[in-house]
Amino acid sequence: MLRYVINRVLLMIPTMIAISIIVFTIIQLPPGNYLESYIAELQAQGESVDPQKIAFLKQEYGLDKPIPEQYLRWVGGMLRGDFGYSFEFNLPVTKVVGDRMFLTILVSAFTIFFTWAIAFPIGIYSATHQYSWTDYGLSLLGFLGIAIPNFMLALVMLYFANVLFGTSIGGLMGPEYIGKPWSWDKLKSILEHSWIPVFIIGAGGTAGMIRKMRANLLDELQKQYVVTARSKGLPPGKVLRKYPLRMALNFFISDIGSLLPHIISGAEITAVVLSLPTTGPMLLQALKSQDMYLAGSFLMFLAFMIVVGVLISDLALVALDPRIRLQGGVAR
Amino acid sequence: MSAAVPSAAMDDLPQAPATGATALAPVGDTPGHLVSRAPFDPQSAVRLTEEQEHFYLASQWMLMWWKFKRHRVAVASGIILLLMYGSTLVTEILVPYNLHTRHTDFIYAPPQSVHWMHEGKFVGPFVYLQKKTLNMETLRRDYSEDTSRPYPVRFFCSGDPYQFWGMFEASFHLVCPPEGATLFLWGTDRLGRDVFSRIFYGARISLTIGLLGIAISFALGLLFGGIAGYFGGLPDMIIQRVIEIIRSFPELPLWMALSAVLPVTWSPLLIYFGITGILALLDWTGLARAVRSKLLALREEDYCTAARLMGASPKRIITRHLLPGFMSHLIAAASLSIPSMILGETALSFLGIGLRPPITSWGVLLNEAQNINVVALYPWLMLPVLPVIIVILAFNFFGDGLRDAADPYR
Repeated sequence: MLRYVINRVLLMIPTMIAISIIVFTIIQLPPGNYLESYIAELQAQGESVDPQKIAFLKQEYGLDKPIPEQYLRWVGGMLRGDFGYSFEFNLPVTKVVGDRMFLTILVSAFTIFFTWAIAFPIGIYSATHQYSWTDYGLSLLGFLGIAIPNFMLALVMLYFANVLFGTSIGGLMGPEYIGKPWSWDKLKSILEHSWIPVFIIGAGGTAGMIRKMRANLLDELQKQYVVTARSKGLPPGKVLRKYPLRMALNFFISDIGSLLPHIISGAEITAVVLSLPTTGPMLLQALKSQDMYLAGSFLMFLAFMIVVGVLISDLALVALDPRIRLQGGVAR
Repeated sequence: MSAAVPSAAMDDLPQAPATGATALAPVGDTPGHLVSRAPFDPQSAVRLTEEQEHFYLASQWMLMWWKFKRHRVAVASGIILLLMYGSTLVTEILVPYNLHTRHTDFIYAPPQSVHWMHEGKFVGPFVYLQKKTLNMETLRRDYSEDTSRPYPVRFFCSGDPYQFWGMFEASFHLVCPPEGATLFLWGTDRLGRDVFSRIFYGARISLTIGLLGIAISFALGLLFGGIAGYFGGLPDMIIQRVIEIIRSFPELPLWMALSAVLPVTWSPLLIYFGITGILALLDWTGLARAVRSKLLALREEDYCTAARLMGASPKRIITRHLLPGFMSHLIAAASLSIPSMILGETALSFLGIGLRPPITSWGVLLNEAQNINVVALYPWLMLPVLPVIIVILAFNFFGDGLRDAADPYR
């Protein structure tokens, strides 16, 4: 097991390197470097540019060096916790980002649990009551969940909250906690506010999960061991609980790999609409103003989150599924 | 056949032709040569009626079509999609206004309802005149209906002039606003443009971006999946790694980043192709995986070995023997991934980093509804989401039906 874990973690390294190269290429894609456009923008606004600061930044981030060296500096900086400099905010990226990354992780984790909590019982019900009216109804609801874009759901909910209750459901915490240090009250406020974004982000993924859960369980329910268990007189509930459900559980964990990118994509755009203090709005703003260091570190962070999420799900699967054996040297 | 029991043996013969029976020698002699003079028909035992022939010798696509027809929801979805795509060819005729016609007197006008009865009398479809008053307190434009006189909607009429298919001038419309009144079925936007007409025009871009994108991603998926699956080994490993890396990116943020770096100097049309390319660039991985796994399984089949032994080139084996075997499956998979492209474009344009006006897609239209204040005051600006939902649902059901029809084991 330990060998597998080490192997699996080592395998992450080339993936992360490849991802960082792609992200760096994207950062480099806009013509000219960001410093030039930053200076041009400042001059266009009629502000004076401090030549000393420009020279310092140029030297600090090696913008006059060849591209491969810039890349190495960038990656090296990230490993030391220096994510570069945001030219829009005039601050190091780490200062700009603040809690946002943590809140993104928090919201994503909530959403995964929400997805599970909803999809699991509904999927089981749909599968065991195949072709009943409730099954059709739930399926239709699931399809609607897939078809309605997250941001539209967010807008509609904003609209109805505004029209019916006269409140705004945007934000992730009470206004009195914004910018305050972490405390229990703040966490409680976040929990109170987060269920709406979690619902909106999770809707699409939950719908997909229900479909998959239903299909998986239906396959499993037709297998012979279920027939055997039934014919031996086991009550239906126990048959379900004892075998097919356990198989379905594995699928829940292994599916994180495809669920997580989906959730993060949804979270980004929903956050823009609901103006949540997560990475979404800032990523969009950074991309629009071509503040590429900031955008690049967000992209890196999101990709890293997915890679780690998949790693966790792989490890959990090995721990939970007795059919996966790691003996024999070859991992996976 | 032994000579002792000739009669029994003869009975066993399956309906021996009469000519053969008479040629048999009498019992006791050496048996004569049993020759049937009827022309040889290898199918005689399995003679098919015309109906059976129709059924058993049907092509794979025919079988799929029959299976697909049974799936009512999928057929209905297919018809809806066909109508929607068909409407993009004649959008100019179908809608009352042009894409860019502005009505500066009717900014943010609410949807007008079509009435049938005026003061207890049947008039046919008509609208009332919209009257605008400026609310001096909130500075909002308030619209009210002036019910004194009905304005019948005109049909098959001449209205806003347009260039039909870019070739000739025309002004023929299916529906036109009444003389002296307006016909804003779904209201107007901040420039006084008719939302209903604009949604129809938006379908052109939003629907084609899905098709064009899937065409590119289909080609990429076939190419890379084919290479990985057929050759295996090192190419397979490299392509698998690349797919894994692309998949570990969250789709939307990467789309956002790529479309944000499209040069501002590009023309809107170029941006359209750029966005389509970006959507396709991240989408082919799923198809490539499907192609690869199918190829891996099929290339071990006997018929494939036979073709190889007979000296067929890899290109011929892939395109001639392997691809047809799972093409139907691939098409079903592709039709299921069109919705994600349409949604992707809508999301990007909604955020303002996708398509840019004057190109009008549903996402560009929704971009106007980004602000909650706008949405609260003018909820009809959210209407472009309706066709999005319909198209996504239709493609999902249609693709499901196709997939079931393409699956020989169901």
